[in-house]
Amino acid sequence: MNCQQAKPLIDPYADGELEAAAVLELEKHLQSCSACASAWRNLQRLQKTLKQDALYFTAPDELRRRIKSELPFPAEAVPLRHAWNWLTAVMSGAAACLALLLAVTLTRPSSEQPLAQEIVSSHIRSLMANHVMDVVSTDQHTVKPWFNGKLDFSPPVKNLAAQEFPLIGGRLDYIGGRGVAALIFQRHKHVINLFIWPAREKDSQPASLTPIQGYNIIHWCDAGTTFWAVSDLNEKELMEFVQDYGSH
Amino acid sequence: MPVDERERLILYEQKVLPHLDAAYNLARWLAGNDHDAQDVAQEASLRAFKFFGNFRGENARAWFLTIVRNTFYTWLRKNRPPEKTVEIDDETLDIEDISANLEAPSPPFADADAVRRAIAELPVEFREIVVLREMEGFSYKEIADLSDVPIGTVMSRLARARKLLQKRLAAEFNPGDQR
Repeated sequence: MNCQQAKPLIDPYADGELEAAAVLELEKHLQSCSACASAWRNLQRLQKTLKQDALYFTAPDELRRRIKSELPFPAEAVPLRHAWNWLTAVMSGAAACLALLLAVTLTRPSSEQPLAQEIVSSHIRSLMANHVMDVVSTDQHTVKPWFNGKLDFSPPVKNLAAQEFPLIGGRLDYIGGRGVAALIFQRHKHVINLFIWPAREKDSQPASLTPIQGYNIIHWCDAGTTFWAVSDLNEKELMEFVQDYGSH
Repeated sequence: MPVDERERLILYEQKVLPHLDAAYNLARWLAGNDHDAQDVAQEASLRAFKFFGNFRGENARAWFLTIVRNTFYTWLRKNRPPEKTVEIDDETLDIEDISANLEAPSPPFADADAVRRAIAELPVEFREIVVLREMEGFSYKEIADLSDVPIGTVMSRLARARKLLQKRLAAEFNPGDQR
């Protein structure tokens, strides 16, 4: 592949939209061509820049009020007297929160979908591009220090060989606009990618998401760190892995 | 209120309103100011409620944003002289590829105001695609469906929007190096 062929593929590659064969070719080219590699890094920089929370406008309360006032809201939420306005607003807000919370717990919000898709794409790419590992080691005391200086946090690295989920290595990856740690475990022939990064979300119990492209996904959050396990391993064993990981 | 109306309202609150931030964000980037963005997002929300009975799909966010987008363009035709839309004219878009000349690798551009300015200066189709791809994370296919254009157009717009942004950001952050 030459630069002229590579250039138009860099955008789709960055977006996870490039087909497997082309990914391999392009990655080979990026390793040997500094101009294209530089374009690729600059694109990553731009993507990180555009994903900053500061650029995302959240809906003002005024807009929410305006919309609610136009909708035929349930009779019980209609204020009877002025003095009740505030209270009913709070109550219906609380009810909406509860409903949302239930919906979140039961179905997982669709806001996680793009992220889950990104994680699955990254998992697939790591397998296809034959780039599962940057550091090959079954020793957590080798893998953990390897991340030093490569990430702005230190991921918890555990070996679950005794539980028949041996650690086989680690990799740097790029998810949701940031650098993340990927730990690779194995059960029989199945590879498990465990993606780890610091998160602003609340602690949550491991929960299975709807499988994407045949891959099972389990997500949880613990002590300000978010975890995403993805594998073609069946859901039951993947959950065992997650529980073993959490308890060791 | 009849029972089915109430059900529709509850479903709408559960499936559509959680995406109000996404709706406002898109409207805000398209319209360019809070006042107009609120008008567009409000009208789109009410239209979404009205047509919610027709919604059968899985992706309520994409469906809602399609309505926001359509509402915006209708509003635009009524309220503003035509914005200079970038008809894919390769002359004007023959953007010099400066990306390869930049120093690599670098942390994200952190000055949000400067980045906001750079995005705001983009033509409207480019702002739209930047929001849909980079902020909302939609796939090419989803963006094509949402904006009613072929995937090829999505790809060329996105590539051009990114080049323009890279150029403007480079100029913002290294004024000496450019022009």
